[in-house]
Amino acid sequence: MTNDQDKIIGEVTGGDYKYGFYTDIDTELFPKGLNEGIIRNLSAKKEEPGWMTEFRLKAFRHWQTMKMPDWAYLKIPEINYQDIIYYAAPRKKSRYESLNEVDPDLLETFNKLGIPLEEQKQLAGVAVDAVMDSISVKTTFQETLAELGIIFCSFSEAVKNHPDLVKKYMGSVVPYTDNYFAALNSAVFSDGSFCYIPKGVRCPMELSTYFRINAANTGQFERTLIVAEDDSYVSYLEGCTAPMRDENQLHAAIVEIIAMENAEVKYSTVQNWYPGDKEGKGGIYNFVTKRGLCKGDHSKISWTQVETGSAITWKYPSCILKGDYSVGEFYSVAVTNNHQQADTGTKMIHIGKNSRSTIISKGISAGKSNNSYRGLVKVLKSAENARNFSQCDSLLLGDRCGAHTFPYLEVDNRSAVVEHEATTSKIGEDQIFYCNQRGIDTETAIGLIVNGYAREVLNKLPMEFAVEAQKLLQISLEGSVG
Amino acid sequence: MKESVKELNTAEKYVEFFRKNQPVISEGDPAYLLQLREKAIGLFEAEGFPPKKQENYRYTHLEPWFGKEFARYFRERKIAFDIDDLFSCDIPSLETRILMILNGFFYSNGQKGLTELDNGIIYGSLREATRRYPELVGQYLGKNAEMEHEPFVALNTAFAQDGIFLFVPGNQHLEHPIQIIHLLLSDTDQMVQHRNLFIAGKNSRADIIICDHTLSPHMFLTNSVTEIYAEENADVDIIRLQNEHNSSFQVTNTWINQERNARSRHSTITLHGGMVRNNLHVKLQGEGAHTEALGLFLIDKKQHVDNFTVIEHRQPHCTSHQQFKGVLDDDATGVFNGKIQVFQDAQKTEAYQSNNNILLTDTARMHTKPQLVIHADDVKCSHGATVGQLDEEALFYLRSRGISVEESRLLLMYAFANDVISRIKEPALKNRISHLVEKRLRGELSRCNCCRMQCQD
Amino acid sequence: MLLKIRDLRVSVEDKEILKGIDLEVNPGEVHAIMGPNGSGKSTLASALVGKDYFQITHGKIDYEGKNLMELSPEDRAREGIFLGFQYPVEIPGVSMVNFLRTAVNELRKYRGEEPLAAGDFLKLMREKKQIVEIDSDLTSRSVNEGFSGGEKKKNEIFQMALLNPKLAILDETDSGLDIDALRIVANGVNKLRRPDNAIIVITHYQRLLEYIIPDFVHILYKGRIVKSGDKNLAVELEKHGYDWIKQELDVEAKLSE
Repeated sequence: MTNDQDKIIGEVTGGDYKYGFYTDIDTELFPKGLNEGIIRNLSAKKEEPGWMTEFRLKAFRHWQTMKMPDWAYLKIPEINYQDIIYYAAPRKKSRYESLNEVDPDLLETFNKLGIPLEEQKQLAGVAVDAVMDSISVKTTFQETLAELGIIFCSFSEAVKNHPDLVKKYMGSVVPYTDNYFAALNSAVFSDGSFCYIPKGVRCPMELSTYFRINAANTGQFERTLIVAEDDSYVSYLEGCTAPMRDENQLHAAIVEIIAMENAEVKYSTVQNWYPGDKEGKGGIYNFVTKRGLCKGDHSKISWTQVETGSAITWKYPSCILKGDYSVGEFYSVAVTNNHQQADTGTKMIHIGKNSRSTIISKGISAGKSNNSYRGLVKVLKSAENARNFSQCDSLLLGDRCGAHTFPYLEVDNRSAVVEHEATTSKIGEDQIFYCNQRGIDTETAIGLIVNGYAREVLNKLPMEFAVEAQKLLQISLEGSVG
Repeated sequence: MKESVKELNTAEKYVEFFRKNQPVISEGDPAYLLQLREKAIGLFEAEGFPPKKQENYRYTHLEPWFGKEFARYFRERKIAFDIDDLFSCDIPSLETRILMILNGFFYSNGQKGLTELDNGIIYGSLREATRRYPELVGQYLGKNAEMEHEPFVALNTAFAQDGIFLFVPGNQHLEHPIQIIHLLLSDTDQMVQHRNLFIAGKNSRADIIICDHTLSPHMFLTNSVTEIYAEENADVDIIRLQNEHNSSFQVTNTWINQERNARSRHSTITLHGGMVRNNLHVKLQGEGAHTEALGLFLIDKKQHVDNFTVIEHRQPHCTSHQQFKGVLDDDATGVFNGKIQVFQDAQKTEAYQSNNNILLTDTARMHTKPQLVIHADDVKCSHGATVGQLDEEALFYLRSRGISVEESRLLLMYAFANDVISRIKEPALKNRISHLVEKRLRGELSRCNCCRMQCQD
Repeated sequence: MLLKIRDLRVSVEDKEILKGIDLEVNPGEVHAIMGPNGSGKSTLASALVGKDYFQITHGKIDYEGKNLMELSPEDRAREGIFLGFQYPVEIPGVSMVNFLRTAVNELRKYRGEEPLAAGDFLKLMREKKQIVEIDSDLTSRSVNEGFSGGEKKKNEIFQMALLNPKLAILDETDSGLDIDALRIVANGVNKLRRPDNAIIVITHYQRLLEYIIPDFVHILYKGRIVKSGDKNLAVELEKHGYDWIKQELDVEAKLSE
């Protein structure tokens, strides 16, 4: 671990957004705009069965009746949904059977992002589904996983090869009627990952999806579906980056997780979409619906997120705790700097008896940013002996940023115990001085203290991600110290 | 044949009612009041009632209550009754100056409408004060309670006829607390919108007790506004005791404005009420101001209490402390929605908020939404909220000492409530409220206190 | 000469605490600064390490020929000045290992040396731990978090051992220690005593000085050094108490009127 620490400090001096490059690659683009024709074309392009096209169209029709949510503590500029390209894909082959076929430029792009697609070069124990713009480029270790009966593939492949599973579970946790962005995604989602862990199998490696927006003027709408059968276990990672551009780009994703009896799913995200420049120009609008259903008794879903990117974040990874003794967890570190805005948190819906949930949220605001925690804990009448504990802390760096906390506690059962605590503080001057006195300069000291502050959450990340997350925290806050 | 006229919604009906009755409503109003009413009805018309699920009214949808049929009066009605027959509000050994509001109008009981003391202190009917001291009242009335996006304040401002006026000039102290008894007594279902204005000048002190009571079994809807000004270094203490029957619906809007080093404390004790929404809005406008907002409700049956607070830290070095507690029995629903708002540059703010609730049955429900909105960095802000039951271990401990289950539960509930009660500073009043709370917890206060009527809930 | 303080005046929020301090410290020396509560002992320590809450209004601090006042707190540390804090702050979540490794490597970077590899650092840490008989467990915890009073003080001396300063200032390192911990801490300090470094021990009581024998003892009273001497001064002080000094001074003050 200490070795990594070294690297981190070395790289901090680098500063700025490192993933802002653009790959000039031959890309197939749809015309701008959204209508039933575009959706039919998109569906046809992906050679989808009729039921899928129907699903998209239903979602689209519903979306047209909806309004953008306005309750978040965000200032969202008006978005012209007709000015967005809904399909962009690296041309040549739609799917690569072997690495030799992959465009070298594409390979190079992912290498630069630190995601080598050659299996032998990869971190042992991580299988990757790499998604560029609208399509999945390559999924690694598929064969190894298949031996255990694990399906790990792009969403498009799943629609073709496992239609029954997709039909059964898609939209069962996040119906297309759920909210504005979920409806939009359901209409136009392009690709994403699908993962199925059969009964009794513990997935031996981390599964990971890496999302990359490359083309200009496009939106990214991916969809992830994870099904964990009885007594299974999987740990899933998600990372994302985008080029630096002056205009804003829209990212509206859906993640659905279903955990059956005694199954456990860990979902970790390091979100590092381009946040815009120091003046607040450009950056990704990150409007994401993530929800897990703890369907079986004793099931467990755990969300861990490190949010440092995006111009605007609207995201509430949630758990529906339906099974008795089911467990939901949410661990979050959200950093905003410059003009970034984040309204993020979780929902824990307690339905099953003895269901338990834990929420640990650490917000860090700097520059002129606004960082809000919004979380709902709802205990239904059926959820006897439900327990929730929430701890939401905010740290402010500088006097022009904002840190806000909006918890909602709705309790309909007297045997429930629900506790929420929140504090807001600035970074301790005496802590910085103590570091100074040991020869550590203020910027490094802040990096140390912030990482320490976020430790509880970072510890929940798988090792490889934890290192990246620490680096990110430090880089994101660069220049925030006056 | 049916008329094809578009049916008016509830808000439009109020606006129409205002326009129809404007001559009576505004009769004798000084010019500033006329203008204020005009502005108020305009803003109300533009905004209407908060729609269902609107963030600030997420758990209490008020429009249906305001849509019910109520009689509304713009002049005092002579109701023959003997106050002593119906009502006795005795807080033993507490000497207070009692002022009464009957159905929204100052009830003089043969006394003068305005009392003016030698030291400049004035109290009595607001209606009379608007006319006799147009300059003084005009300087304050409607300047603190905001009407934009506050439809209930706007509605009250448009319609209010009377209420209590209190003026304590600089460097003066109220010798005895003012006790305002707000009585509802009618021969019909009635709506009441009264208004209070309290001004505490520089270095002054004022203690005020407000008691809300119902004296007849009719349905009542109250939408009241109380504006309070605490000038530099003033000290204002307000205790509101709500004790209305289950067919009464009440919206209170309390706006406190504090200048430099001013201190305020506002305590709301809700013992009974069908539907109660308390809006408390405190603006700390001057450096070093301090406020305490306390609340306690003990509710059962189908009662619904919603305490909504906003504490605005607008200047540096201000402190605030909020503590709200609730005990919910039967099918009662409780809501706490509290916001600490720290403005940019309001450095060295210290703000604390806590909300704790106990559910006694499976059908009681509690919704709590404590919020921090912070735009300055050198601040200490925290909040905590809990919903749960009595501590089983503590219960067991008491029982192991030979105390019965019931008595143990009572002891613990009382201890729970006492955190709020113990902050009431006047000992006699503290004892009285403590006694009432205990009675309420024992179920001996099944009808509103002090009322000698035998109306059933 | 290592440290030379000339007519140092320091104020806190416009109140003058130090009213003209003169002090010279050479390598190899141990100086004890004693004085009653509120005499300005901790103010002197804080001013030397550059805490900006303390404003230097007058005077000079010369350290190895450099004007100390021009250096940032971290550069003073990198130049070899170490303060053992009276109340070491807790830094939740930051592990001792990570913290110290950063400190050691910042120091090496300043000197133009390569950073220590993880293995070498851990070896160094193990070695230095023995000096203050510190539990291995302690270094795996967060900086000072949940440490007892004694552990915090031991931890300060451990850091001193690791950072190897030229000038160590120990601010009431003995306060809150029981006799065993006091002995351990003092032994640690003695082990670190060398001809090429100097130590300033700030203390209220003489008992620490039974273990760390000073070359010089200075008595600070009302912001001034009112008496200097050798170790016997401390013994005398213990015998008569601070009232003795106060009386003596107040008599002098009266005479000079």
